[in-house]
Amino acid sequence: MKEVLIDIKDLECKIGDQKILKGLNLKVNKGEIHAIMGPNGSGKSTLSSLLAGNDNYEITNGSIFFEGEDITDLSPEERSWKGVFLAFQYPIEIPGVSNINFLRTALNEKNKFFGKDPIPAKDFLKMVSEKSALVGLDNKLKNRSVNEGFSGGEKKRNEIFQMAMLNPKLSILDETDSGLDIDALKIVAGGVNKLKSNENATIVITHYQRLLDYIVPDFVHVLHDGKIVKTGDKNLALELEKKGYDWLKINSLN
Amino acid sequence: MSYTEKDLKEDLDNKSYEFGFVTDIESEKAPVGLNEDIVRLISSKKNEPEWLLNYRLKAFEVWQTMKEPNWSHVEYEKPDFQNISYYAAPKKKKELKSLDEVDPELLKTMDKLGISIEEQKKLSGVAVDFVMDSVSVATSFKEKLGELGIIFCSFSEAVQNHPNLVQKYMGTVIPYTDNYYAALNSAVFSDGSFCYIPKGVRCPMELSTYFRINESGTGQFERTLLIADESSYVSYLEGCTAPQRDENQLHAAVVELISLDQAEIKYSTVQNWYPGDEKGVGGVYNFVTKRGICGYRSKISWTQVETGSAVTWKYPSCILKGDYSVGEFYSVAVTNNFQQADTGTKMIHVGKNTKSTIISKGISAGKSQNSYRGLVKIGKGAINARNFSQCDSLLMTDRCGAHTFPYIECENPSATVEHEATTSKIGEEQLFYCMQRGISEEKAISLIVNGYAKEVLNKLPMEFAVEAQKLLEISLEGSVG
Repeated sequence: MKEVLIDIKDLECKIGDQKILKGLNLKVNKGEIHAIMGPNGSGKSTLSSLLAGNDNYEITNGSIFFEGEDITDLSPEERSWKGVFLAFQYPIEIPGVSNINFLRTALNEKNKFFGKDPIPAKDFLKMVSEKSALVGLDNKLKNRSVNEGFSGGEKKRNEIFQMAMLNPKLSILDETDSGLDIDALKIVAGGVNKLKSNENATIVITHYQRLLDYIVPDFVHVLHDGKIVKTGDKNLALELEKKGYDWLKINSLN
Repeated sequence: MSYTEKDLKEDLDNKSYEFGFVTDIESEKAPVGLNEDIVRLISSKKNEPEWLLNYRLKAFEVWQTMKEPNWSHVEYEKPDFQNISYYAAPKKKKELKSLDEVDPELLKTMDKLGISIEEQKKLSGVAVDFVMDSVSVATSFKEKLGELGIIFCSFSEAVQNHPNLVQKYMGTVIPYTDNYYAALNSAVFSDGSFCYIPKGVRCPMELSTYFRINESGTGQFERTLLIADESSYVSYLEGCTAPQRDENQLHAAVVELISLDQAEIKYSTVQNWYPGDEKGVGGVYNFVTKRGICGYRSKISWTQVETGSAVTWKYPSCILKGDYSVGEFYSVAVTNNFQQADTGTKMIHVGKNTKSTIISKGISAGKSQNSYRGLVKIGKGAINARNFSQCDSLLMTDRCGAHTFPYIECENPSATVEHEATTSKIGEEQLFYCMQRGISEEKAISLIVNGYAKEVLNKLPMEFAVEAQKLLEISLEGSVG
């Protein structure tokens, strides 16, 4: 029997007067990879922000359970400590704050939450060199300011590097493939695959089927107009690539 | 349960000024008010030579003819100069030879500040000249410095023991006619620090003075005179915290630096006077005149972290008189609640091939107003003078203000003057990104702000940089809105 990691029930939300999610249901078990695809404006990025606890959106109905606990009202940092990670579509620059310092602060805040001591410098540095090798992150980027002056590919690699360092239970990759060339895509996907275990799960949000050649999903969901309108296996992604989304839009109207 | 806006507000309201406490030491006070007799009283209390009394009297005469300046971008209730006591000295029982003889109350104060002399001595080899109200109480490391011929003492002591040096240099960079507050200071200054580094000597430790306003209702008029003789070097630290008060306190210091040929002075300040409460009640008025003069191939570097005071009015400046001399100004100024700061620098290029750098980082929060005001002046003879200025402003809320008033006067066509300015608001996206990684909002703010101010903080001596980072954190807690 598989253990449920995250269970999203009837989730509805709005920003201002505009409804975005309109009753979304999704259950992800440990050890699984789920892909969420859908046309522009279907609510994909909203979903990822919402799972991470962004309070720009107002939740009007439904709830999010993480390992059986209702986290709908938890702050972003608490969700992070409990094991939710979001790889941003557009990673944010923080001038003057080194990547290393940023991650050490993040790890120590998490340790503090669990009543643990700060990580010793030696262990931390060892971990940094191990995990950065995983995504082939250039050494010099570690001491540079967070994402500042990074190329698009470097930013995405840095996201996966951070993911490796924080060792989350649930990783949400929001359009991680956008702006990546094929080589970078392979490296990033390779990193994600190496981090995969029976204890964690991944939600991959993407426009294109291409990424799913490298991160092979157990399930593919199509998000349209704030709801999941179709679920299938990896072949659904291939079908979408061929047919586009229009045939689903008509279906969902019926 | 998550931490709500309401919790945050309560925390903030309950958070009183971290260093707000009053040391209970008996003190001897002059009667309230200002007239010629008071000036004479101060001078005689300090057993000063006649030339200094005359200097004070002339300054007082000039001050009476001057008007309080109002060109700066600050609003405040003008101090009532007749309602201030101009002299307060802790009652001296006897001369102090070692720390053991220092009033335990005083040592406790220093403990609260986390800068006890004992610790400072052990940890960092810093000689501390601790100014309590107006009279220096303890000076350490004097002997060791003495071996090198370095003089580091209170201003009053210097007047008694090194009158020739004081007379030669005092008022040469900032004459008493300079401005309203410099004139006032020149008339009634109580004490301060004096430092002389002899020719060719590299001062082996950071010299440090902690100022502190203590006695209620006494304005503090510090005077610092620092002379680096030819080819010498000194790094000087000045830091201050003040106890919590309801009434406004006036602080009008004068700092003069003289960097002779090929000498270098590095002057660092962490300023944390009481800023007033969250409603804008109380707080220190900080009207300071700081200026240095550079000889041939000499250098003066000002670094300041300004987080305190209700009103700040301060422009540490350099007169680059000698050819190839260098002036630097690195500043972080933080304002929160109802604080107002109008600060910057003046770089006066006189000599040939002179060079100056200005890096100013303003951080505004709450309903505060933060202004950079700077002058770069290239004189007729300043061939090939160069200046680079960068003035950045970071806004934490949409109710605060950031202003930049750069003035450039260039009389020599061979000069290069560059000015860059940016204004940004702390981003919700940046905060969310940090929080997603498990960094709480408070911590994220301090991380982002420290990153923003890093260029300047890096210029501070190590132990000071740590203190300064802490101050930024305290000053900005819960300030995003």
